[in-house]
Amino acid sequence: MNTGTDRVKRGMAEMQKGGVIMDVVNAEQAKLAEAAGAVAVMALERVPSDIRKEGGVARMADLRIVEEVMSAVSIPVMAKARIGHITEARVLESMGVDYIDESEVLTPADEEYHLMKSDFTVPFVCGCRDLGEAARRIGEGTSMLRTKGEPGTGNIVEAVRHMRKVNGQIRKVVNMSKDELMTEAKLLGASFDLLLEIKELGRLPVVNFAAGGVATPADAALMMELGADGVFVGSGIFKSDNPEKFARAIVEATTHYQDYELIAKVSKELGTAMKGMEISSLSLEDRMQERGW
Amino acid sequence: MTTIGVLGLQGAVREHVRSIEAGGAKAVVVKKAEQLTEIDGLILPGGESTTMRRLIDVYGLMEPLRAFAASGKPMFGTCAGLILLAGEITGYDEPHLGVMDVVVERNSFGRQKESFEADLTITGIEGDPYTAVFIRAPHIVSAGPDTQVLATHNDRIVLARHGQFLGCSFHPELTDDHRLTEYFIQMVESPAVVI
Repeated sequence: MNTGTDRVKRGMAEMQKGGVIMDVVNAEQAKLAEAAGAVAVMALERVPSDIRKEGGVARMADLRIVEEVMSAVSIPVMAKARIGHITEARVLESMGVDYIDESEVLTPADEEYHLMKSDFTVPFVCGCRDLGEAARRIGEGTSMLRTKGEPGTGNIVEAVRHMRKVNGQIRKVVNMSKDELMTEAKLLGASFDLLLEIKELGRLPVVNFAAGGVATPADAALMMELGADGVFVGSGIFKSDNPEKFARAIVEATTHYQDYELIAKVSKELGTAMKGMEISSLSLEDRMQERGW
Repeated sequence: MTTIGVLGLQGAVREHVRSIEAGGAKAVVVKKAEQLTEIDGLILPGGESTTMRRLIDVYGLMEPLRAFAASGKPMFGTCAGLILLAGEITGYDEPHLGVMDVVVERNSFGRQKESFEADLTITGIEGDPYTAVFIRAPHIVSAGPDTQVLATHNDRIVLARHGQFLGCSFHPELTDDHRLTEYFIQMVESPAVVI
């Protein structure tokens, strides 16, 4: 009997496909998310838009909140650890959290090195903006990827950019001849073997969700249209007028992302979505996507 | 050609399609009730059972799925799919489809860090041991008199057949061993034969 194998860790993320993972800050929100049809919840202290607003150092969530969320729902519970913070990740693992997000939404603990995720039994999800970054995280052992997008902005433009970039680069790799791959590996900062695997599979060896800026049901459906395996919604739900309706609508739009009449139906009478931000209004150091490499 | 549907609301749909095709049958992803008339058997995949149940209700699939079961066509539930088929779920008042005579318990092997791979001996499947991937898996607490236990792990029932229904705790779709999917295709092609 073996625990923590690649199949077990990556398989867990495969089970989340076509679903929505929602940020929650307490047990009550977690229950609402579960009832709305979320496939998992992400327990954290503050949603990204509040982290942005309040500033300061953003760390792993209060462990009492994580524990409350874990006992409130039967769907998987994820939690965020700071980039490179080995101990936060080990602590979350010891508590039995089902998935850890090594996340740029929190203030990085290490600006040079990410976690060696293959050393852990618990699986990880990491953000990426392009295939090179995706490949580096897979090399360190992440079992799931997501676009970085620009968290807490309610602006989908960065998530779209990152999803298109990764998928375009995958198509390029798939169509390359083998003798071109080493140069591509050098240019991307990716391992040759992993690019070869991607070429043979025709896709990444792990699932890739959309994250960072999803604010409406149509945003979620757009990301599925662009090839996301599923969607993370951070501030979008609990910063909207009617979180319960919003949560349900985003789940339905994700499942039936090409059923436009249904998306129209669920999008009506939702009230106001979270207020969005123009990305160019953020200085480079305020962009969370610039954290990690 | 035999056509097998995979309920495509959420979860490991693509992997089951691949496994069905490897077994020489045609695969169809089922998202709407009317598609149930096109298929000879149905796989309920792994995923999140709570989410799938909610989507089954939202899209009015509960009665069509029960009617599909009542028509006698074979159904195979893997992990979350087993929970959907089960007649009783420990700790819950109501089952979902409630068509297979087994009692199941959710997440009964622990959380994700306790998820595991193990080799099984399966009644009716010859050759090498079958490597099964268990992810936050349920198990079958008890099986009815007409339900045949096909595999156990540490004395817990992890695979069983009740007439037209086949259910397992683990994820056959996550490995390249297609023998269990082939077993199900066999059930669809020769429903009367009990292997």
